[in-house]
Amino acid sequence: MVEMLATTTIARVSGPAHQPAASRFRKRNHRSRDIRVPDEQPSDTPRTAPDWNAALCSVAGRDREAFAALFAHFAPRLKSYMLRLGSSDSQAEELAQEAMVTVWRKADRYDPERAAASTWIFTIARNLRIDAYRRGNHPELDPDDPALVPDAPPAADAEVARKQDAARIRAALAELPEEQREVVRLSFFDDKTHTEISEALDIPLGTVKSRIRLAFARIRTSLDDES
Amino acid sequence: MSIQHYPVQHHPDDELLVSYAAGDLAEAWSLLVATHTALCPDCRAKVRAAEAVGGALMEEAAPVAMSDDALALALARVERPEAQTTPAVSADTASGTAPVLPQPLRGYAGSDLDGLSWRRLGKGAHHIPLVTGRGAPTARLLRIPAGRPVPEHGHNGMELTMVLCGAFRDADTLFARGDVESVDSSVEHQPVAEPGEDCICLAVTDAPLRFNSIMARMVQPFIGI
Repeated sequence: MVEMLATTTIARVSGPAHQPAASRFRKRNHRSRDIRVPDEQPSDTPRTAPDWNAALCSVAGRDREAFAALFAHFAPRLKSYMLRLGSSDSQAEELAQEAMVTVWRKADRYDPERAAASTWIFTIARNLRIDAYRRGNHPELDPDDPALVPDAPPAADAEVARKQDAARIRAALAELPEEQREVVRLSFFDDKTHTEISEALDIPLGTVKSRIRLAFARIRTSLDDES
Repeated sequence: MSIQHYPVQHHPDDELLVSYAAGDLAEAWSLLVATHTALCPDCRAKVRAAEAVGGALMEEAAPVAMSDDALALALARVERPEAQTTPAVSADTASGTAPVLPQPLRGYAGSDLDGLSWRRLGKGAHHIPLVTGRGAPTARLLRIPAGRPVPEHGHNGMELTMVLCGAFRDADTLFARGDVESVDSSVEHQPVAEPGEDCICLAVTDAPLRFNSIMARMVQPFIGI
């Protein structure tokens, strides 16, 4: 049933003309569940957290200890991500396992200046999930493609690294008004269409969309902020 | 075939970029978003930010214990020699000039513009359906002769069109390389290719087009759009 989603839902949700367009792109959820908001860490947590970016670079050098540390931290969180998106316990375990094996295999392609470890591992898990449930692909650009239009002006490495800093992003998320944070969470973790989010929260569809828009505008602004 | 690099004027919705980053889009929509981000640094940055948010949310999620032997199993798996992955067939052009079709689109098309086999669509227009999984939405390359209209049509669903080469005008708005036009079922429109150069687009639709002319409607079932 799950793999039918991608192919059938878009056609089904083609609705009346007044329905705002973007909600139709979303596929329907296959399981509704309540999102429990994990305890927020204070946004001023000192930066003594383990350096996962460095650990991931060590894995590229085939460092098993670094891999074990990454596994202990990320595998249970990947499992949680898969469970929230509707996997059974055994599927979630398998996908988390597969994601971590992929992390080992592709670690030499990881560039800490482009993405935080958590971002890079998230994209691996996301793509595995799409592959597993839809038998489809998640097409992505090729950063080395000669046809790619480069960033202009070229961003300084330090600036890119700052924008990708996991702690800064968590802090930016924590600073969002709860109503915006909730909608962003539901977008990533509940597989709900924007229409379904609006029904679940009993707010107008336009409000869901504007909250997503506002949330990402705020996050980007706080990452641009040099302070 | 000239390629201009200037800022893209018409972008996909922010929500679509977020859905792409979250992994919620069907493959054909994702193909268009990914190809657009290859040509648009602004949207690329937005997708990166959204992916970083996905990573942060994943890291914040309450951990769910893996089975006791999970790490040992993973280490045993990475011990084993990796299955030989055949590198994707290179769809790059041999020459030193930048391809017109960016990745990932070039891979889906099988080659850059020089190597494509266009199918006739009528009135001088041509197309190439792309394989993006079963059913809707569907993706295709469209080639409209310079100065000629795309047959006037409405939509039963959404249509996103991104220009790769040349340009088209819809009502008063000009769409050039990298620009994306989003149209839903409320709109009947007749884009016209600008003079001087054929206009090549990536078009993604989630339902068959609704052509207004009898002739177009008669041939529609045979050309599969």
